[in-house]
Amino acid sequence: MAGKTISEKIFSEKSGTDARAGDMVVARVDLAFAQDGTGPLAVRQIGKLGFERVANPSSTVFFFDHAAPSPRQELSDDHIFMRDFSSKTGAVVSEVGEGVCHQLVAEERAAPGMLIVGADSHTCTAGAFGAFATGMGSTDVAVAMATGKTWFRVPESYRVVLRGRFQKGVCSKDLILHLIGDIGADGADYKALEFSGDMEALDMESRLTVSNMAVEAGAKAGLFPSDDITRKYLEEWGRGNAFREIKPDPDAEYERTLEYDLSAIEPTVSKPHRVDNTALAKDLSDVKLNQVVIGTCTNGRLSDLRVAAEILRGKKVAPGVRLIVVPASRRIYLRAMEEGLLRAFVEAGGLILPPGCGPCVGVHQGVLGSGEVVLSTQNRNFEGRMGNPKGFIYLSSPATAAASALTGRITDPREVMR
Amino acid sequence: MKMRGRAWKFGDSISTDHIAPGRYFHLRSNLPELAKHVLEDARQDFAPNVKPGDFVVAGWNFGLGSSREHAPTIIKLAGVSAVLARSFARIFFRNSINIGLPVIAVDTSFINEGDELELDLSEGTVKDLTNGKEARFRPLSPQLLRILEDGGLIEHIKKHGDIVL
Repeated sequence: MAGKTISEKIFSEKSGTDARAGDMVVARVDLAFAQDGTGPLAVRQIGKLGFERVANPSSTVFFFDHAAPSPRQELSDDHIFMRDFSSKTGAVVSEVGEGVCHQLVAEERAAPGMLIVGADSHTCTAGAFGAFATGMGSTDVAVAMATGKTWFRVPESYRVVLRGRFQKGVCSKDLILHLIGDIGADGADYKALEFSGDMEALDMESRLTVSNMAVEAGAKAGLFPSDDITRKYLEEWGRGNAFREIKPDPDAEYERTLEYDLSAIEPTVSKPHRVDNTALAKDLSDVKLNQVVIGTCTNGRLSDLRVAAEILRGKKVAPGVRLIVVPASRRIYLRAMEEGLLRAFVEAGGLILPPGCGPCVGVHQGVLGSGEVVLSTQNRNFEGRMGNPKGFIYLSSPATAAASALTGRITDPREVMR
Repeated sequence: MKMRGRAWKFGDSISTDHIAPGRYFHLRSNLPELAKHVLEDARQDFAPNVKPGDFVVAGWNFGLGSSREHAPTIIKLAGVSAVLARSFARIFFRNSINIGLPVIAVDTSFINEGDELELDLSEGTVKDLTNGKEARFRPLSPQLLRILEDGGLIEHIKKHGDIVL
C-alpha cells in the first residue's frame, strides 16, 4: 500500500478511517467559519436544521470583512443578525475593523494538521500551515457548525515542486499567477495542490499568498508541509505550541507532478476577465490605470506593504491614479503604522482603508466606473468582480502594483527598484 | 427522475460573479429579489424570461469563483430544473447538490439555444427533442444522488438524523 499525501493523512485522522484519494468520508472539523456575505444564510440553514446551538462555539466564527464598515442598511441588519446568533450560541464574532477572515485565521487559529472549513472560497489560504482548509457554501458550513462534522471526497493530489530562488522584484504572487496561467483556471479542479522542493524560498506570508490562490486553479486546497518556517511564524503570533510536523510519506501517490524554477519566474499579471489569462508585466506597459489596489487576503500582509512602501517612499503616484491600500488585519495596520509604511503611502498620494476586503468584492470602497482599469493585488478579476461589469481588472504582485502606481501604466517593478 | 424544459445557452467560464453579481451583495438576505438578477452579467434576457422547468446549458468550468451558495440557490429559485455543463467548478457543484439543484457534467455542444430537452437523472441521458440528438453521462454517485433526492443536505440530515453516505 502506497504512503499518504498530506490530504490523505489529515482525512484519515479526522474521519477515523484509512482515507485514500477518491473516498467519501465524514470528518470532524476543527474550525468552521463564515463571513458577512455567507454567514446570514449559514445561520438560517442552522435554524432550518432545527439546531439552536453550535457544536463547538469557540471554533465557530463569523468574520465581518466584506462589508466593513457596512455601506447599506441591509448589510448592517445582516451584521446584527449574526451578532444576535453568536450571543445566543456562544459563537465568536470578529468585528468590523479586525480584518479579513483568512488573515485572522492565520494569525489566531490555523495550525498544521487541522481540518478547516469556511464559507469563503479563499479558505484554502490556511493550507500554508499544512492544514487542510477548503471553501464551501453556507449550507455545508452550517452543518459543520451545528454538528461539528461534514462530508468530504478525499482529493487526489498534484505535487508542485519548487526549485531555486526568486529574482529581485519577483515574489510568490508571480509564481502562483504563473502557475494558474500554466495549468488553467480549472487545471486542478477537485484536486489538492501539494507544494514541495526548496521550501526555504518561501516565508509564511509568501506561502499564504500561494495557498490563497489555489482555488483560482480550481483546487480544493493548496498545502505546504510544516517546517521551521511554520514553527517560527506560529511563535511570532504567540502560538508556538500549536506546531506539529505534517508532511507527506515519501512514497505518497500523486496524480501529476509540476515543476517550477523560481529563478525563471518574472513579474506576472492576469488580464481581464480571467485569472489564467496571464502575461508578463513588461509586455503590458501600454495599459493605463485609473486605480491601483494594494492589500486584501491575497497580499495585504506586512511583507507586501513593506515592498510596496519601499517603492513608493518619497515619490508621488502618477496623476489620475487612485492608490488604495488595504491592510489585511488590525495588527498589520498597527505594525505598518509603527514602521512608517502608512505614512509612505499617504505621502505618495495614496489612501488607507480599514482592514478588511476593501474594494475586491465590489461591495464598497472603490467600485470601478464604466471603462475604468484597475491593477490590484487581489486574487480574482472576473467581469463585475469590483462592482461594475464594465470595469477592467488586472492582477499583480504588490511590487508591480506599487511600481505601476508611480507610472500610471502597468510596469515591471524592476524598472523602478533601486 | 425525468425532466423536460427549454435550453438557455451560456458560454465557458461563467463565474459566480456573472450569476450573483457583487453589486447586489446587499440582497443576499432577500433571495427572491436577488433572483431577479440571476445570471444578469452573462445574459440580460435570462432573468426576465426564464420559465419554470427550463435548463441552463453551458460550457466548461461553470460556477467558478466564490463560495456564495446564493448562486445555485437563485438559479433554483428562478425555476431552473437543472444545469448542464461540460464541467463545473468544485464549490459550485457541491453547493448545488447541497441545495438540491441537479448539476450534470455532460457534452452540451450539440444543444442549441431554445431546444426542448429531456433529462433522465437515473438513466444518465439528455435528449434534445428538437434536433433528435442525445448524450449520455455518468450518473451522480449514489451518495450524491441520495442527498439530491432528499432535497439537499439539510433535508437529508432531517430525514436520516445524520449524514448517511
